[in-house]
Amino acid sequence: MQTVELIQEARRQAEICNACRYCEGYCSVFPAMHAGRAFSDGDITQLANLCHNCRGCYYACQYTAPHEFELNLPKALAEVRRDSWEAYAWPQPLARRFHTHGGAIALALALGFAVIFWALRALGGSGEGFYAALSHNAMVAIFLPAFLLPLVSLSVGMARYWRAVDGEPIRLAHLKQAFGMAAKMKNLAAGHGDGCNFEDEDRFSHARRFAHQAVMYGFLLCFASTSVGTVLHYAFDMPAPYPLWSLPKLLGVPGGVLLTAGCIWMAALKLRADRSLDDEGAFGGSIAFILLLGFVGLTGLALYALGSSALMPALLAVHLGAVLTFFLLTPFTKMAHGFYRLLALIRDAQRT
Amino acid sequence: MTEAYDLAVIGGGNAALCAAMTAAEAGARVVILETAPKAYRGGNSRHTRNFRCMHGGPLGPLVEDYSEEEYFADLMKVTGGKTDAHLARLAIRSSEECLPWMQERGVRFQPSLSGTLSLARTNAFFMGGGKSLVNAYYRTAEALGVEVLYEASVTHLELEGDRITRVDYTHEGRAHSMRPKSVVVASGGFQADIDWLTRAWGPAARNFLIRGTPYNRGVVLADLLEQGVESIGDADQCHAVAIDGRAPKYDGGIVTRLDCVPFSIVVNKNGERFYDEGEDVWPKRYAIWGRLVAAQPDQVGHVIIDSKSLNLFMPSVFPPLKADSLEELAGMMGLPPDKLRETVDAFNAACGDTSAFHPTELDGVATTGLVPPKTNWARPISEPPFYGYSLRTGVTFTYLGLKVDETAQCRTAEGPVRNLWAAGETMAGSILGQGYLAGFGMTIGTVFGRIAGREAAAHANR
Repeated sequence: MQTVELIQEARRQAEICNACRYCEGYCSVFPAMHAGRAFSDGDITQLANLCHNCRGCYYACQYTAPHEFELNLPKALAEVRRDSWEAYAWPQPLARRFHTHGGAIALALALGFAVIFWALRALGGSGEGFYAALSHNAMVAIFLPAFLLPLVSLSVGMARYWRAVDGEPIRLAHLKQAFGMAAKMKNLAAGHGDGCNFEDEDRFSHARRFAHQAVMYGFLLCFASTSVGTVLHYAFDMPAPYPLWSLPKLLGVPGGVLLTAGCIWMAALKLRADRSLDDEGAFGGSIAFILLLGFVGLTGLALYALGSSALMPALLAVHLGAVLTFFLLTPFTKMAHGFYRLLALIRDAQRT
Repeated sequence: MTEAYDLAVIGGGNAALCAAMTAAEAGARVVILETAPKAYRGGNSRHTRNFRCMHGGPLGPLVEDYSEEEYFADLMKVTGGKTDAHLARLAIRSSEECLPWMQERGVRFQPSLSGTLSLARTNAFFMGGGKSLVNAYYRTAEALGVEVLYEASVTHLELEGDRITRVDYTHEGRAHSMRPKSVVVASGGFQADIDWLTRAWGPAARNFLIRGTPYNRGVVLADLLEQGVESIGDADQCHAVAIDGRAPKYDGGIVTRLDCVPFSIVVNKNGERFYDEGEDVWPKRYAIWGRLVAAQPDQVGHVIIDSKSLNLFMPSVFPPLKADSLEELAGMMGLPPDKLRETVDAFNAACGDTSAFHPTELDGVATTGLVPPKTNWARPISEPPFYGYSLRTGVTFTYLGLKVDETAQCRTAEGPVRNLWAAGETMAGSILGQGYLAGFGMTIGTVFGRIAGREAAAHANR
């Protein structure tokens, strides 16, 4: 169940926005909001997931505190947004832990390390390179479920979201528009293209947009690298390790660099930003998640650099432990936002 | 006070910022004395949304063209000819070069907002509204070296002969003075001083709402008028509109507007109609309704619509009262139920064929034999549930202000005050004798702010 008070507060604010409309040009939230006169719980949830927390509307707003209307739309929507991820997550016992508790993520990471170290000892290796430390079959036995289970979990949550926002059958045009918006992160550029107001009050900058793009494209490159490796292994009988001038490395190395640097940049921006314009309760969880993701990238790079040294088995355990934790927590951490954001963009494409 | 300033700008809204930036770009050392705290900086500009702009062809967000003659004619229509044609044409002609100037200083425009398509040709909308314009200007001004003091309230300008020799102000609870070479007054009207408004309007003014900043109390205006600086405009003239009666006393801004009057009947507290609700489209009538409501007992009007009209106007910030019968609605609104029923019955009986009803055009669907008539959009109030809003007079800004010439310079009976200029609402009465044209306040502020800044810097550099 979503939290009624959070939706009610966002609705109160949206009704004031709908009578004003000054922010119409900033992002996708306002045209979507101004299309209606009354807001159902599903409408508010959809608006919340469309919002990228760029804060342009907050600094432009004539009704922020100390004004008695006390508008803080970025915060109100951020709270509804996180609450919606928690409400739609499956299984529920894990839903309300990790968004708000950075410590829980750290603990999960420690558990991830422990599992891999145990696997290294108990299952052992067979083969060349990394497989000398942990056999390919053991890796598959651990990571296939660790990859598939979160996907099942996410699809349950996403189906729930789609029902809540009255989603319609998806057509190619919707996907094209939504993926186009996500690829350019247009909602972080604002209607004027000057960027958002994140790290320095009302100054517009592209810092957060570029940092986020580094993280997203870095992650996608790393993911592509792993996928290509899997195809090479099974379809072409070309197991790892791969040389530098191979597809997995050409994707993975720049991906790792982008992911690591992007996460560091993102965390730095988040530390400078005004927390009162965001879901303050989720600050710890979201910083911990960014650091975890950056750690995955960094240890991946380290493993590449030192893969043939004596440090390899320990580094492998640390990297795989981080990857394992990252995968398993995907439906329950900030990582989930990417999936819900995409759905929100698709739903928005259906409106226009 | 150790800093020696060339120019002190009094006020922190659009006109003040335009003056400060222009003077700083000309090399002047400028300080802005803004009486509001930082969160409320920008005066009424923070509530604005657009800039009426002449243009010979598509310009920025503006489509087609808008000539000087058409602009001037639009102005004359609303002021009934009570306009200084020379200054008005100066503002209109200069507006075209202002738009790119504003963009260069960080203002961003957006296409005409939903619900405002009628202004797409004439008014350039600020992305995010007036506060984002104010934010951009403060950033630009500070980058130019302009110093900004918030919560700095000017209490007195010392006029000796033909010069202002001293500026007295309080800042952080202490009294200070400075002796800048030039002074620009851009601190708005006096509408937030309810006592002054009451002297001008009578006791009715106690029931007025102030749509904008509570900081425009006319302190500097009163101080200068007392010392013989020439004024212009009548104290009871202002830009006042009819707004939602539940709006906050101050600072309600744009969201308190109600667009439903053309689809309604409006009665006073005795349940009687008092004016043609369908005389023209609302953007052309909301300003006169401010005065109409002010003339009613207790300065209140009550808008009654029925369910078929609910979705014909922009959503209101506060939901309307809702009842299944007119008598129940009258009870909720404090109106005499029998009288309201009688008024509605008489109105409904006077309605004729409504098949030509068109919500966005003058449709000529009128009453017959009713006084006062409703000349457009006259449809019976007959389909429950019924909805009610209260209307009150919302003052935007007063027109009694400082008389200026085409260089924005102030004067006394003896002649010009050599180092005193005025810009924005505090001198808008020099151009607007009565009535108001949407977006023209920002035009006056920008054009005369730039002129005042240029002149003040030239004087200081002399």
